[in-house]
Amino acid sequence: MQNKTGAIALKAPGKGRRKLQGFRLFLMILPFLILTFIFSYFPLYGWVYAFFNYKPPLNLSQCEFVGFQWFRMLFNGSGQIKQILVILRNTFAMSGLGILTSGLPVIFAIFLSEMKIVKYKKFVQTFTTLPNFISWVLVYSVAFSLFSSSGMFNNFAQSIGLISQPVKILDSDDLTWIKMCLWGIWKGLGWSAIMYIAAISGIDQELYEAATVDGAGRFGLMWHITLPGLLPTYSVLLLLSVAGFLNNGLDQYYVFQNAFNRDHIQVLDLYVFNISVGGQNMYSFATALSMLKSLTSVVLLFVVNRLSKITRGETIV
Amino acid sequence: MEPAKNEINRVHGLPGLQKKKIRKTAGSAVFDVLNYTAFTIFTLLCIYPFYYLIINTISANDLSENGLINFLPKLIHLQNYVDVLKLKGLGRAAVISFVRTGVGTALTVFASAFLGFMFIQKKMWKRKLWYRYLVITMYFNAGLIPVFITMHILHLTNNFLVYIIPAIVQPFNIILVKTYLESIPDSLQQAAEIDGAGILRIFAQIMLPLSLPILATIAIFSAVGQWNSFQDTLIYITDQKLYSLQYVLYQYINQSNSLAQLIRTSPGISNEAMAALATRQTPTSVRMTVSVIVVVPIILVYPMFQRYFVKGIMIGSIKG
Repeated sequence: MQNKTGAIALKAPGKGRRKLQGFRLFLMILPFLILTFIFSYFPLYGWVYAFFNYKPPLNLSQCEFVGFQWFRMLFNGSGQIKQILVILRNTFAMSGLGILTSGLPVIFAIFLSEMKIVKYKKFVQTFTTLPNFISWVLVYSVAFSLFSSSGMFNNFAQSIGLISQPVKILDSDDLTWIKMCLWGIWKGLGWSAIMYIAAISGIDQELYEAATVDGAGRFGLMWHITLPGLLPTYSVLLLLSVAGFLNNGLDQYYVFQNAFNRDHIQVLDLYVFNISVGGQNMYSFATALSMLKSLTSVVLLFVVNRLSKITRGETIV
Repeated sequence: MEPAKNEINRVHGLPGLQKKKIRKTAGSAVFDVLNYTAFTIFTLLCIYPFYYLIINTISANDLSENGLINFLPKLIHLQNYVDVLKLKGLGRAAVISFVRTGVGTALTVFASAFLGFMFIQKKMWKRKLWYRYLVITMYFNAGLIPVFITMHILHLTNNFLVYIIPAIVQPFNIILVKTYLESIPDSLQQAAEIDGAGILRIFAQIMLPLSLPILATIAIFSAVGQWNSFQDTLIYITDQKLYSLQYVLYQYINQSNSLAQLIRTSPGISNEAMAALATRQTPTSVRMTVSVIVVVPIILVYPMFQRYFVKGIMIGSIKG
């Protein structure tokens, strides 16, 4: 009994000091927590703009409260719904193509690791990763130089008599989705493969030895050891890309958009920009769309996380 | 097939391990040929566009305008660079981009290092709560317009600081540093504390030097991000004086006709130069020269940061 009280008496002042110290540590990171609040949490308040008819120079209090008008506009048969369906179709097409081609980096990594000349392998890896580090504006500049009507491709193909008229590649709406997907692959394939290349070097070497002893050939090793070894990484990335289904990003589609391809290139992110800051001043409607998009993304993330918990036994976030 | 096994051994750090030879089959040889061919083609597809831009900017402009420079430069000159650097908006935009890259990177690296370090301080009041509060912001986004309105309220639209301040706290980078520092034994800090070092001193003199490898990774990625950033100018900036290089390049691509005209008639260029078709500025020459100027910094630092790719990715794949 006495022992216990003695211990408490000794501990008490130390505990108080510890608490004070802990609080001081908290104060040191407080400025950063405030920054986070301002740029990540406070904007959520902006969702109220979705319930008003906001006209930019005015204050919110001077604008008309319209309740769910913008949300209703999305679902009743007004002209807007056709437009929204087109936008959703494009978004689904681009994300869908992204998911369909998500196996390419896996194949790239497996085949690259089959190359025996180390120097050449390094060379390939170095230069296929480079496009990932240039901006979409520069990709567009490259595209313009090579594929505009007077670009390298058309000049060259005409000079060797392959075509008689310049082929319109950028300023046309043919195969817009495929073209956007191909630019994405050109920019990102080498980079996306790096994660899998790292994963390959983490596969237990004994598995290869055991399989070789069992008579597996080169392709057998690729198919039965390497590929299954990459599946966990692949499934996490696939689930994350499902969670980001509505987030195509703005840059790529903005720089490549023109009067010709608008029907197929406007994904949700680009559309929200185009109808607001981009010129049409439909701020409230754009906010309503942003809000629905954000909520859907969070729900998707939860679903995917759950799915991951059930199928893989662990969560991804 | 011996080299293949050696290669695997090399990758896995198991040199000299004896193994059974894999039988060489015809299928395997065909695969090799196809494999090397496919990778060579894709690699060329990745290199050629950059090569094409560069050879066209240093070749005679009348040839490049007519699409006659495809594989080798002809009649080499550097007049394009001299002329384009005289463009009014370009120098300013370059300064803006350099400053935002330098300052933005320095601040986010510092903040990541500091917060990563602070979040391993078990004594901190409600440490786990604040950590979650930060990390969770990676998974939601209020959307373009609400963020735009926030920036507007804070007077950050048409303000250089919009390039810097919102990018300081990056939860992902904080996770990277925290994960990295957690592998360092606690006893190191305890010893320093016993010697009487305060928390800031422990951070500056012990933990900061220790976390340099991961900070280098963060610095490189955030510098590339800052340099390449286009969206923030597009959304928040209408004042030409604050345009970033990427945005100016985008404008040049769309208006290179009028720009070529501008350069041709600008007083700095002599009549003699105007007459020479080889160095006369054309829409193509202006566009390509600016593109090369924008991409050169990336290509220059690229070999340096290549080393950090895998390290950054491996640590990044560990959950926070």
